[in-house]
Parts: sequence; C-alpha cells; structure tokens
Amino acid sequence: MKISAIITLKKDVLDPQGKVIHQTLDGMGFKNIEEVRQGKYFEIDVKENDPSKAKVIVEDMCKKLLANLVIENFKIIETQ
Amino acid sequence: MKSSVITFPGSNCDRDMDVALKKFGFNNQMVWHNDNELPKGDLVILPGGFSYGDYLRCGSVASKSKIMKSVIDFANSGGLVMGICNGFQILVETGLVPGVLLRNKYLEFICKNVFVKIDNKDNPYFKNLDKEVLELHIAHNEGNYFCTNDQLKEIEDNNQIAIYYSNEKGQTYEKDNPNGSTKNIAGIFNKRKNVLGMMPHPERMIDKYLSGEDGSLFFKNLIKNIK
Repeated sequence: MKISAIITLKKDVLDPQGKVIHQTLDGMGFKNIEEVRQGKYFEIDVKENDPSKAKVIVEDMCKKLLANLVIENFKIIETQ
Repeated sequence: MKSSVITFPGSNCDRDMDVALKKFGFNNQMVWHNDNELPKGDLVILPGGFSYGDYLRCGSVASKSKIMKSVIDFANSGGLVMGICNGFQILVETGLVPGVLLRNKYLEFICKNVFVKIDNKDNPYFKNLDKEVLELHIAHNEGNYFCTNDQLKEIEDNNQIAIYYSNEKGQTYEKDNPNGSTKNIAGIFNKRKNVLGMMPHPERMIDKYLSGEDGSLFFKNLIKNIK
C-alpha cells in the first residue's frame, strides 16, 4: 500500500530557499504571506497491506534515511 | 604509514587526495565504496565531491554504502578518519561527528581561498603544527554548519571545534564567515578527536607554484604525528 511522508525543516532551521520563494511570490503580488518553508514529499509503495504496519515501516525509513532528525521533522500520511 | 581514500560514485577529490598523501609519504590505497572490508591502515579519508549526485541530502546515501560499515567500526575503535568537504557531509550523516551541513546562507556555490584558525591542537591532526592560521581552499554549496543548542554546548564543552573561518590574523569575525556556519565553524572532531570533518581542502594547497603550501604543512605534520 502507498504511504506518503512529508519532511519539513524544523522551526529554528534557516531555510534560504523558502525565503527566496517567499520574496518571489511577494514580488509577483502575493502580499499576504507570513512565511514559506520548503520541504520534501515521498510516496512509498510498501509491500504490506496492513496500514499500521506499513506506517511503522515508513516511519523507520524516515528515521534512518529520509529525514535528518537534527534539522528535519517528518509526518506520515496513508494515501491509499 | 598506510592510508585509504574511499571513492564513491561522484567523488572528485579522491585522486587529488591520493597525490597529496603519496607526496608526503603515505602508502595510500584507493578503496571502492562497494567493498566490504577496509584494508589495514592508519588513516581513512572520505574525499570531497558529489557522492551519489548529492541526492536526498549531501552525503546521506554515501553514509549508508557498504564500505561505511567498516569505516564506522574503524572510527569507533579509535582509528583516524578524516572527511573533507563532501566527506565531512558523509561523516555528519553517519553520526560520527555531530551536527549537519546546510545549504550556504546566500545560496551560492563558494569556491575560494579562506583562512582558518586552528582551535584545538590536542589531537593527532594538528598536534605540533607550528602555525595557528592556515590558508586553505573551499568549494561547496552546503557548508553551513548547524547543530542544536544542546549539541553546541556539548561540542564546546568537549573542545570539539577543530577550525574556524577567520581572517589572516586568526580573528573570527562574522565577515570572514563565507557560508553562515554557526560560530564560523569550518571543522569539528568527534569526542575522542580521532574523527575530523572539515569543509576546507588541504589537498589543494600542496604546491607553492600552483596554490600554496599550508596543505603541505598539514600533511607533513599529520604523518609525523601518526608515526
């Protein structure tokens, strides 16, 4: 089943790319932005039909490779 | 003195490092990332470059490659492991040294000579070096050293900061910080000081006609310390 993981930078970590995107959007006329933070999205098709088991597997992947927990948080979403 | 330089797909400073090590008397061997066993030796180098195309996060994929298991074991048993540039990024991803390297503050790839102030000489890398400030070369996009406040306190309490970006006199002002690194940090040790990660490339400063000689001083001193 498909499980998604969203990786975002922690609050205190500088995100220069997010800042540049913010400035660009602002320059395009989107004046109502508080902040932009850029992250990563993974869609992983796991060979496992039990959703809770599949989530545990992806959580392990996030901790061991997909996210660097010094600077990033992850959130797991069941997509199917 | 035997050394090994690990080549990952995308490493591009591995041969420069090989030339530098051999020039100063190391019996160096190139080791492929997919090998299982590290040859017996005194020093392991993770070279600069763009291992695995910097996919996911710089160094993250290389840190899980086959050879890294033996490199981690070697480091944990007290062996000397040095990571330069991308090698430093690989080291932080293994967790052998604390922290992480973020994208440079102003989103530019930086390629220039810098001065670094040596903070700590109580280790095999800088012991007896008779200079406090070295001129070395940096070339990176992700060299902005970051760690949590707790980690920073621990690093400082254990004297784990190896080198700072500085001016020629060794003063560490904000304007001498090329990439936004926390506290101008350019290189750090693990707790035992047998593992060193740093962004500057000493192997690019080994010829007075082409670049400079401060890298030569570093390697000459290193081999003396290991003997």
